[in-house]
Amino acid sequence: MMDLPTLLQILDSTIRLGTPLLLACLAGLFSERAGIFDIGLEGKMLAAAFLSAAVAFVTGSVWLGLVAGIVASLLMSAIHGLASITFRGNQLISGVAINFLASGLTVLLGQYWFALGGRTPSLEGAARFAPITLPFAEELRGVPVLGPVYRELISGHTALVYVALLAVPASWWLLYRTRFGLRLRAVGENPAAVDTAGVSVVGIRYAAVAICGLLTGLAGAYLACSLSAGFVKEMTAGRGYIALAALIFAKWRPWQALGATMLFGLLEAVANRYQSLNLWGLPLPVQFMQALPYILTVIILAGFVGKAIPPRAGGQPYVKER
Amino acid sequence: MAERQAQGRPEAAALPPAIELRGISKAFGPVQANGDISVRVARGTIHGIVGENGAGKSTLMSILYGFYRADAGEILIGGRPTPIPDSQSAIRAGIGMVFQHFKLVPNFTVLENVVLGAEEGALLRPSLARARRELTRLAEDYELDVDPDALVEDLSVGHQQRVEILKALYRQADILILDEPTGVLTPAEADHLFRILKGLKAQGKTIVLITHKLREIMEITDEVSVMRRGEMVATVRTEATSPEALAELMVGRKVLLRVDKAPAAPGRTVLEIEDLRVRDGHGVERLKGVSLTLRAGEILGIAGVAGNGQSELLELLGGIAQGTGRVRLNGTELDLSGRGCNGRARRAAGIAHVPEDRQHLGMILDFAAWENVAFGYQDAPEYRAGRFFMDNDALRAECEGKMARFDVRPPLPALAGKNFSGGNQQKLIVAREIERNPDLLLIGQPTRGVDIGAIEFIHKQIVALRDAGKAILLVSVELDEIMSLSDRIAVMFDGRIMGLRDPARTDERELGLMMAGMDGTRGAA
Ligand SMILES: Nc1ncnc2c1ncn2[C@@H]1O[C@H](COP(=O)(O)OP(=O)(O)OP(=O)(O)O)[C@@H](O)[C@H]1O
Ligand SMILES: [Mg+2]
Repeated sequence: MMDLPTLLQILDSTIRLGTPLLLACLAGLFSERAGIFDIGLEGKMLAAAFLSAAVAFVTGSVWLGLVAGIVASLLMSAIHGLASITFRGNQLISGVAINFLASGLTVLLGQYWFALGGRTPSLEGAARFAPITLPFAEELRGVPVLGPVYRELISGHTALVYVALLAVPASWWLLYRTRFGLRLRAVGENPAAVDTAGVSVVGIRYAAVAICGLLTGLAGAYLACSLSAGFVKEMTAGRGYIALAALIFAKWRPWQALGATMLFGLLEAVANRYQSLNLWGLPLPVQFMQALPYILTVIILAGFVGKAIPPRAGGQPYVKER
Repeated sequence: MAERQAQGRPEAAALPPAIELRGISKAFGPVQANGDISVRVARGTIHGIVGENGAGKSTLMSILYGFYRADAGEILIGGRPTPIPDSQSAIRAGIGMVFQHFKLVPNFTVLENVVLGAEEGALLRPSLARARRELTRLAEDYELDVDPDALVEDLSVGHQQRVEILKALYRQADILILDEPTGVLTPAEADHLFRILKGLKAQGKTIVLITHKLREIMEITDEVSVMRRGEMVATVRTEATSPEALAELMVGRKVLLRVDKAPAAPGRTVLEIEDLRVRDGHGVERLKGVSLTLRAGEILGIAGVAGNGQSELLELLGGIAQGTGRVRLNGTELDLSGRGCNGRARRAAGIAHVPEDRQHLGMILDFAAWENVAFGYQDAPEYRAGRFFMDNDALRAECEGKMARFDVRPPLPALAGKNFSGGNQQKLIVAREIERNPDLLLIGQPTRGVDIGAIEFIHKQIVALRDAGKAILLVSVELDEIMSLSDRIAVMFDGRIMGLRDPARTDERELGLMMAGMDGTRGAA
């Protein structure tokens, strides 16, 4: 059995590594629930990561960096929205295009601005998110179990971690308790029903895509300015796709999205911690451990986790007249 | 100028019509769906609209509801010019519509569907509570009860339709448009719907009813408008017209509303069925021991309320579903559960099948007509060019021929299946199956959603096939169709045959009782 401090450390990094996945997963949830498939989460996160790091470095303010990251991601969302909502294009192709665009543009601009081979300079001080110590973290220190759990696990994360965790109940509430949520879910299932009920399908879909852009913006800024200290080329490393796998695993529901993304976070945390693991005498190489999240992704996408029914109108542009 | 015209007629000035359409035109690409249509619907009446498939009825009503935008024309509601660019404007003008294909969210509850788009405030809870109260009231007032918490996908079609009506009433519609509401209903459900409509009319609501069934027009409407090929050809008072006159107006020629056929001359036995049983995916037995025989030169009609095993019977015989029992065709046993149970083997044995669900099983909607007329027979030698290739020219020529012989409109082999109206899709499928000259034709709901001109045509083809000495198994939920087409009638209820009747010696009442599971009283045929 591992001891409490080790366990806490692993869970702590689970949260830190799960946060960008969670934000991206919720982003995909809003978009796909409205019927717009978004394979471009990866690209949007990458663009947001780059621009937030760049602006944070230049201005020295992580908050301006965050805004810039969100703007970058929203711009990408607008492209995806135009292509798939207004011009009724193929959503997969648009998403793939966004991924290519982001991957090329970030390196190009990075090299042009900073001449570090596509990286941004390291972020320090106010250019990075600082950990937040929650009240009473020190006072509770002596309390057995609860004290360390509160101090190590719950307190001491950066702002975006708490934002991401709060986004889960907020998303649930928005989707299931508000008029907007009802319309958004309806538009992903049968847009004609929304249209004939006198509500603009286009309006709802753009709103959903905008929320998606906002959340991927947060995810990207978190990657560059919190999890790391600066932008590195292709730093998203497939997290956008893992988030999509988690979304399927979660069957497009917010609380389940939390569970699914934290599971991926846990795998990553374990892989980072135990470079090699001995499982009942069978040595597992480090490469295997690092590949675990991706293997799980493949398993999920291959449909081994039970039947996941995507929103019925997902992927299809709303066309009235042939 | 319009105002002055209205003043010219005193009664019109006194009571402006609930709806007035002036010069409405609409084209979808090259298809002129509506051309310069004008019509008035008086307040507090039920106004019927009839016309052949593709005449433009649904298009016209969708324009009135703001689903499509007209290319030209003007809409007046209650005498006031009312532009209706979208459905929201239509709802504001007091119009509600029940579409031919329902516009419901399947995995939402009834309540959520009703509230969608008509919520008050940003939070759902108060809206849902109000809708729940309102639904209770509407249910009492109009016999419109549905469980507000049921998921729409779990409801029968009849109940889904009620949800659509409730949606309109919840939005306080004064004008209710129903597009072919009875096409998917059982006779009992249709009667119920008509009671609801009469109740609504008594409350002073105006109702527009599109239907292909002239009996319904005669029964319930006050006035009826006839459309033909995108134009409005007449609007008459229902009392002053007859089904025959309406049919002639619709089609532009005299139409035979009754099937004209000589007595059957049944020959040798073609099909022997013994103790057929089918279980569905949930393990529920849907066919509980059905035995029948069918002879050459005979039409056996299966009557019954939808869902009593007729579909399973057709699918088992057509090789689409598996089951147990014995089936002999011309003395040869058919495989009911093994590898030989498939559509191809059945076709090779001489069975042709016009499936009940033509859009899913009968054709591929995105494929061109000429491809659709080959389905199931694509391996026929005359469609092949060498070992590996299809002879597409032969297929196009074949399709053109079928379109000419079966009067398919428009006669364009390259048009995708989905761009034909329901009646014309059906003609294509019937042409494909009948012209293969099968020993046994299985035909399900041959005229569902099909206009009277096409019904007459399809019925004639079925009778002609019979007279050519073939056996026909007809399944239909339309009692009229069963009674007029069949040489013998079998009534199905709950997966069993309730009895066999001679159409000349039974009536709708007796068949209706048997369809409801009560034993018929008179002697068997
Ligand atoms: N969305 C659309 N895009 C293109 N063409 C259409 C569309 N809807 C209808 N049409 C065409 O317009 C014509 C009129 O169609 P409409 O659906 O109004 O006929 P209908 O009278 O309601 O027929 P039915 O009795 O089969 O319902 C048809 O030729 C049809 O193919
Ligand atoms: Mg129609």
